Amino acid sequence: MSFLARVAGWFLDPAHWQGSNGVPTRLEEHVLMSLAATAAAAAVALPVGVWLGHTGRGGLWAINVSNVGRAIPSFALLVLLLLVLGLGAAPAFVTLLALAIPPMVTNAYVGIRGVDRGLVDAARGLGMPDHLVLLRVELPNAVPVLMAGVRTAGVQVVATATLAALVAWGGLGRYIVDGLSQLDYVQVFAGAVLVAALAGATELTLAALQRALTPAGLRRSRRASRPRRGRDRPAGAETAR
Amino acid sequence: MPALVVDPWVRWDWVAEHADVILAALAQHVELTAIAVGAGLVISLPAGVLATRVRAARGPVLGGAGVLYTIPSLALFAFFVPLTGLSVLTAEIGLVAYTLLILTRNVVVGLEGVPAEVEDAATGMGFRSFHRLIAVELPLALPVIVAGVRIAVVTTIGLVTVTAVIGAGGLGQLILDGLTRQFRTPLVVGGVLSVALAVVADLGLAILQRRLTPWSRAA
Repeated sequence: MSFLARVAGWFLDPAHWQGSNGVPTRLEEHVLMSLAATAAAAAVALPVGVWLGHTGRGGLWAINVSNVGRAIPSFALLVLLLLVLGLGAAPAFVTLLALAIPPMVTNAYVGIRGVDRGLVDAARGLGMPDHLVLLRVELPNAVPVLMAGVRTAGVQVVATATLAALVAWGGLGRYIVDGLSQLDYVQVFAGAVLVAALAGATELTLAALQRALTPAGLRRSRRASRPRRGRDRPAGAETAR
Repeated sequence: MPALVVDPWVRWDWVAEHADVILAALAQHVELTAIAVGAGLVISLPAGVLATRVRAARGPVLGGAGVLYTIPSLALFAFFVPLTGLSVLTAEIGLVAYTLLILTRNVVVGLEGVPAEVEDAATGMGFRSFHRLIAVELPLALPVIVAGVRIAVVTTIGLVTVTAVIGAGGLGQLILDGLTRQFRTPLVVGGVLSVALAVVADLGLAILQRRLTPWSRAA
């Protein structure tokens, strides 16, 4: 039987769809861990980034924090935290949190700073109080960039949650890690398919959320004035995807 | 995990005794990273040029690299294990795939950032398409391309720690050994060295970036 047929057989085997090592359980673990880490990171990072952007303080710090974050290999961090926090969910959660915060801070800052100064000045000129300038002018205009940060962070979190299986936590990474140690390549491949599918689904979901949250007026003007050249950001702003 | 608790963080006598093993792992880590980024550049430079020259190629090139980038590293390695086994080749395929989006995108952005007047002037001076690319466009795109290399190197150093799982060695091997034997020292050494390597590489490339493009410093 060909390899891919055996992978298909793995997916069709009802034994792989039930119990504590079944796909639904592992998927649920993976998604819940990723959601919890991304949400907690957003709760910390977005207010900080938005505030820094609003006040214009700490710009260098806000932009460099994501460069520093990228330099720390998540597997190394995961293992070092394992030493401090012990086996289980805690090191995985803290690793994912540390991974998700930098791109969100940077994008929230860049998003708010990037709002057309003319709009902000006009709002202030009309007598809008400071907090309304933030809530009604800066935030809505910053949504596309801000949500791009959430999207980048979310996809990275889902990807990295796979590694948590290496420190004895669950999630879909279990199939890959267990399969590798048992030399069961069918299981390895099936796990890889599941993980890749979840990452793709996350990317699409967050992209849809990004579009849905972008104010309608901004969406239309974007399309009309989209520049032909230099549309993509240089990868110096890789996290501002 | 009682062993993890009593054991000290770093047993320096073990480090001294195993200095050769540690240095070998470090060298292997650097080698895996260098091959991946080198091969990534060899693919990304022509791919990026193609994407800027042929309008129809742009979407597929960047989109394809984007899809590869979305697949989690461990899964990408796992996809090739049935085909190429637990080997360095498997690791490099995954690592190269990861560098493609970062590098290709920066080549494209760098080339597109070349002002149209400069291109026109070069054409007016008699530069043919290929010569213009080599002598005018690529040098002007260099700062952005080197910025991409810097990100690719740092990202790859992080990913190489994972490739130990598929038997490719590197500093991740020390981490895995520590994990399986519940012995803290190699774990700490592997973790700290991989972070240090990433930071040193990032700083080194930042300096190289400034050296290579003295004209951009004034701006």
